[in-house]
Amino acid sequence: MATVAGIDMGVQNVKVVILKGGEILSYGLAPSGFEPEKAAEQAFEEALGKAGITPSQVVHVAATGVGVELASRVDSKVSVVSADAKAAVHLYPSARTVVDVGAEESRVIRCDGKGTVLDFAINERCAAGAGAFLEAMARALEVRLEDMGRLSLEAEGTVSISATCVIFGESDVVSLIHKQVPKHDIARAVYDALAERITSMIHRVGLEPPVVLVGGVARDVGFAAALKRKLEAEILIPDHPEMAGALGAALHALEKVGEA
Amino acid sequence: MSGREVEYWRWSEYRLTVPEVKPENAKVITAGIDVGSVSSKAVVMVDGQVYAVGVMRTGSSSLDSARKVLEWTLEGTGVKPKDISYIVGTGYGRVNVPMANSTLTEIACHAKGANYIWGSTVRTILDVGGQDIKAIKCDEKGRVLSFLMNDKCAAGTGRGMEVLADLLKIPIEEMGAASLRVDEEPEPVSCTCVAFARTEAISLLRRGWPKEKVLASYMRAMAIRMCNLLERVGCEKDLVITGGQSKNIGIVSRVEKIIGIKPLPPPNWRENGLDPMVAGAIGAALYAKALYEKSLNRA
Amino acid sequence: MTKIIAYYGYEDGSGEYYIVVDSAKCTGCGECVKNCPKSVLETATIMVDVEEQKVAVVKEEYRRKIKYTCAPCKPERKQPPCVVSCKQKAITCIWETAEPACQSTRF
Repeated sequence: MATVAGIDMGVQNVKVVILKGGEILSYGLAPSGFEPEKAAEQAFEEALGKAGITPSQVVHVAATGVGVELASRVDSKVSVVSADAKAAVHLYPSARTVVDVGAEESRVIRCDGKGTVLDFAINERCAAGAGAFLEAMARALEVRLEDMGRLSLEAEGTVSISATCVIFGESDVVSLIHKQVPKHDIARAVYDALAERITSMIHRVGLEPPVVLVGGVARDVGFAAALKRKLEAEILIPDHPEMAGALGAALHALEKVGEA
Repeated sequence: MSGREVEYWRWSEYRLTVPEVKPENAKVITAGIDVGSVSSKAVVMVDGQVYAVGVMRTGSSSLDSARKVLEWTLEGTGVKPKDISYIVGTGYGRVNVPMANSTLTEIACHAKGANYIWGSTVRTILDVGGQDIKAIKCDEKGRVLSFLMNDKCAAGTGRGMEVLADLLKIPIEEMGAASLRVDEEPEPVSCTCVAFARTEAISLLRRGWPKEKVLASYMRAMAIRMCNLLERVGCEKDLVITGGQSKNIGIVSRVEKIIGIKPLPPPNWRENGLDPMVAGAIGAALYAKALYEKSLNRA
Repeated sequence: MTKIIAYYGYEDGSGEYYIVVDSAKCTGCGECVKNCPKSVLETATIMVDVEEQKVAVVKEEYRRKIKYTCAPCKPERKQPPCVVSCKQKAITCIWETAEPACQSTRF
């Protein structure tokens, strides 16, 4: 069985998955910062170390992500959309709709049982449509991003953030704070706002349950809860949602060496 | 940033009366009240001539702000609110001017006001405020022919400028001049989105770009965006730029270069009361006169 | 009748999205309102100079969300139902997504 690797050159983090046959051997992750090539090497080394293998034992490396040209060793490339679909179907064979919310971009993909992309929509170039929105709102709320999710689950009332822009949203949050609206209610409103936009994207490509949620933002319990509320459909979240792109790339690498 | 008052190109509250205009012999006195998110303006007109102008900060209640700014503007003039035959209210969002006889959109009032201030040659108005951008086409009478109003995206608004001013630690009023201190105009930042443009600006700084060059790159992108909005409604001369950003020479000079039309210069408003910032209130007062006369004709 | 061409919508980093209503052609008949699957439109009385006119408008709460509310009608591929249903051709739709290549940290 061949050992392959998938690299996802994300805007915030580089993710690596090492796969042997269909089994995940290890993961690697490093912040992209301003030197993504170095981050890619770091993440790759971490994954190799954990799997206990050397670079030469990796037969094929496939890469995906925004900065894909910058990875040092790339044997083949695959689009993020394809990678997401492959990963989702690998993890959940019944998956037909994949939602990937990243730091700067979000994508919704409809696929078939083989992971072939049927339709997709990408939300890019506007921070309000991705994780950057949550980051900025957390700053305005003066809570840590990692705590905002749990905070939102304590919400008692509903308020709404009408701003459709990260910059204006910050002002909205500040004025809600001044109006003495409790932080957990504001936090929930933040997630509701993003979930509403993502839900519209899902309806744009057509909702076919079950929906698989991947990407870094999938780890956020606040977002997952809000999306469930807005979508009113079953949502499946894998254990390592941020690794979906890298997993999909690794599966693509497997196909390339003839072991699909 | 919490608690800080949002101000672009600092302005002070003021009120003035135009000495040549005499309310005692007035046939009709009308008023326009423009309640914005940051400032509230009142203009009182005597037979269609600007008589009194007042600009003050909008308080927490827009209802109160409307009443306050009108009273404050009239203080000491001898004219009382009851002497006013017709009041038109306007402003941002769901405006509340309780004593208004009618409410008109800020778009219509702004165009009418610009026509009064600059004259009948004005055809295109670019209003760049703290939180929104408007592009308006009008005819020789200041009637709106087409318009678009963007308050969805901060790119190009004063708020968007503030983000960069904070990042580069440059006072907002100096950003424009600083952005022109470059030998060669750099490429614009590749992202219009202010959040991403800010990250891009950080990258540029790390690459050793001086602040002025980063500013130039950012301003160019914002100017391109404003020109896109102008081109959407169709930009024709004469062009005027109003709003806080009209004082940003970094933006104005770039818009002029990109669109190929030189905007009309701002008027000498400290003398004649025709401050572009009160264009909306002027237009509202003019519409008040027109609607009043219309109601007389119908009676 | 003075016309007013109203551009409801916006341009942001990701593209340009507008529903455009021409008051000179709009009779306020409400066909577009009936045909919109998302109830984004309504008829309202607007001032055209000093005259009142009943026309179709995009509801206030949707003007900043056009990209999301109207995307399901796939305006980049075909004319949306509001446009198709208008006999006067008073309503049009502009839908242009920006070219990718926004490079925040990628050079």
